[in-house]
Amino acid sequence: MSQYYHSVSVDEDNCDGRRKCLRVCPTQAIRIWGGKAVILEEKCIDCGECITACPNEAIVALTDPFGERSRFKYTVAIPSPALYAQFGRSILPDKILAGLKKIGFDDAYDLAITCGDTSLAVELFLKEYNGPKPLISNACPSVVSLIQVRYPQLVDHIIPIKLPKRLAAKEIKERKSKELGLKPNEIGTFYITPCPVKMIAIKQPSSEEECYLDGAISIADIYGPLLSVLESKDKGNYRKSLESICILGIGWAVSGGMHRTQKLKNVLDVSGIADIITTFDDIERGKLKNIDLVVPYTCPQGCVGGSLTVENRYISYNKILRMLETLEQENIEGCRGKRDIRERYRQKYFHRQQKYEPRPIQALDEDLGKAIEKRNKKEKIFESLPKVDCGICGAPTCLTFAEDVVKGNTRLSDCIFNVPSRFRELTGELSKLLDSFDSMDEDKEWKPGKERRRKKL
Amino acid sequence: MVSRHDLSHTFGIKGRNFSKAGSVSINIKETLRELGIDPAIVRRAAIAAYEAEMNVVMYADKGEMVLRLNPMLIRITIEDEGPGIENIEMAMQEGYSTATDEIREMGFGAGMGLPNIKKNADVFELKSQVGKGTSYNIVIFLKPIRRT
Repeated sequence: MSQYYHSVSVDEDNCDGRRKCLRVCPTQAIRIWGGKAVILEEKCIDCGECITACPNEAIVALTDPFGERSRFKYTVAIPSPALYAQFGRSILPDKILAGLKKIGFDDAYDLAITCGDTSLAVELFLKEYNGPKPLISNACPSVVSLIQVRYPQLVDHIIPIKLPKRLAAKEIKERKSKELGLKPNEIGTFYITPCPVKMIAIKQPSSEEECYLDGAISIADIYGPLLSVLESKDKGNYRKSLESICILGIGWAVSGGMHRTQKLKNVLDVSGIADIITTFDDIERGKLKNIDLVVPYTCPQGCVGGSLTVENRYISYNKILRMLETLEQENIEGCRGKRDIRERYRQKYFHRQQKYEPRPIQALDEDLGKAIEKRNKKEKIFESLPKVDCGICGAPTCLTFAEDVVKGNTRLSDCIFNVPSRFRELTGELSKLLDSFDSMDEDKEWKPGKERRRKKL
Repeated sequence: MVSRHDLSHTFGIKGRNFSKAGSVSINIKETLRELGIDPAIVRRAAIAAYEAEMNVVMYADKGEMVLRLNPMLIRITIEDEGPGIENIEMAMQEGYSTATDEIREMGFGAGMGLPNIKKNADVFELKSQVGKGTSYNIVIFLKPIRRT
C-alpha cells in the first residue's frame, strides 16, 4: 500500500510519453519510464499542473463521477465558490445553487457562508496568536503538501483552523439527519471541486479528523448539465440575489479575495507555484516576519485557475472581483452574525485538533557518510551531462536524472547524449583493437599458431 | 584531506548583483536537505549562509563561499574582496550598520546580519582587513559535542 493518497493518476492506455507533464511539474515528481508517465508519490503535491498540460487527457483527477449520487437517499451539493465564477456576470450564486437542484441534487449549500465564518475565525486567531510569523493559510491543500514536502520547518506556520468544506459537510449531515429523520450515512455530501487536490482531504485514509464529505465532483464534469438548466435572462430579483451572497466567503475563490473585505493590513497574497516557492524560501530565511498572514494558492489567480475549471481564469477572477466590488458598494454582507461565530470560536469549533506533520522527502541515503558519497557521485554525473534538460531520458532535468542514477532508479546509458560519446569511445577502442591486429599481421615473425607450437616445445 | 565521505562545494558570489542574491544559500539548503540533515539544522545553516551571502552582495566586489561537510559538522567559509570591516566588535552588535540609504531602501542593512549568523552558528569567526576583504568561518555541528 502506498503511504499517501494521491488524487492524480496516469491512465496508461492514453499516455504516449510525450513529456508535456514532465516539464510542467513544479516538484519534479514525474518520470517517463518505459514510455509511460510515472508519478513519484513522495514528491507529488497534487497541484494538477500535469492534468492541464497533458494533450491526451492521460493524467486524470480521481474525482467521483456525477452518477455517484445514487447510493444515497438524500444528496447535497457543496460547490466551491469558484463554481460561481464559471458563468456569465448576470448569473449569481443563488441561480447556480438552484441549477444544482435542477440537475438532481436534493439540496445545494452555499459554501461561501462557511468560508465567511472561517475568514472571521482566522481573523480572531490572528489577534491572539503570538508564535512564529508569518502564518500561512491552509486553504489550498497543495500549499500544505508543498510545505510538508519541501519546507518541513514551516509546518508550524500553517494556520490550524479547519477547512470550510469540512465544517460545512459536518453541519449539513447533522442538520439534515435531524430534519429528515435519516441516518448521517444516508445523506451524501458532494463537494463540487475546481481542482483534484481537494480530493485528498476526502480520501486520504490517514487524515486526522473524521471527514463528512462523501465525494467530490469536478466542475468540468458538472458544467455542461448545469449550463443547460440555468436561466440567464431572468433579472427580476437581482438585488435579492445579491443579498444572499456572503462577501467574506465569496473571495475564497480568488487570490487576494479571502481577506479583502476585512481590511487586514499585513496579509500577503501569492498565487502560482513558482512565486510561492520564492516566498517560502524567504520565510525560511527568516524574512517576512512583519507579515501576519500569507495566503498562497498554487493555481494562478486562485481556485478559479484550478485545473478542473472551465472558464478562462482571468475572466472568472474578474467576475468574482466585480461581485465583491458590487457588494462593497451596495453595503451588502450576506454572512452569518459575527457574535454567533465569535461564540463558536471560543468553543474551539474552528480549531484543528491535530498538528500538521512534515513529510520530508527521502534522503539520498540514511547514513550521512553514504549520502555524501552519493551526492558527490551525483555531482560528478551531473557535470558529465549536457545540462540541456531535454527530457528524453525520462527525467525532467539533467540534475534529477543524475539523482535517479545515483538512487539506482535509472541507468546512465539512458541519457541519449551519452550514447554517441560512449559509441565513439567504443569505436575508438574497436579501431585500436583492429589496429593492433593489423600491426600483429605486419609482424612477420609472428604466425598464427606459431606461439602455441613454441609453448609445446 | 578530502575523503569520499566529505563534501566540498564552491560557489561564486558577485557583489552588487541583487537579482541573483540568495541563490547560493538556497543551493546550500537544497544540498543539505538532500543529504537528510535534520531540518532544524538545515534552517540554521541556510540562515547563516544567507546573511553572509547578502553581506558579500551588499558590500563587497566579489566573494567565494565554500560549503564543506562531513558526518560531524557543516563548515561554511566565505572570503570576499571588498572594503572590509573597520570595527568588528561594533559590527557584531545588533542594529549597527554601515549600509547606505540605497541598501536600506531595499529592506536590507538593518544591522542584524552578523548577529544573526552568530545566533545560528556553533562557531563563528570573522576576520577582516580594511580595504582588502573579510573572511567568515561558520561551523554548525551535526552531532552534539562534549563541551569542556
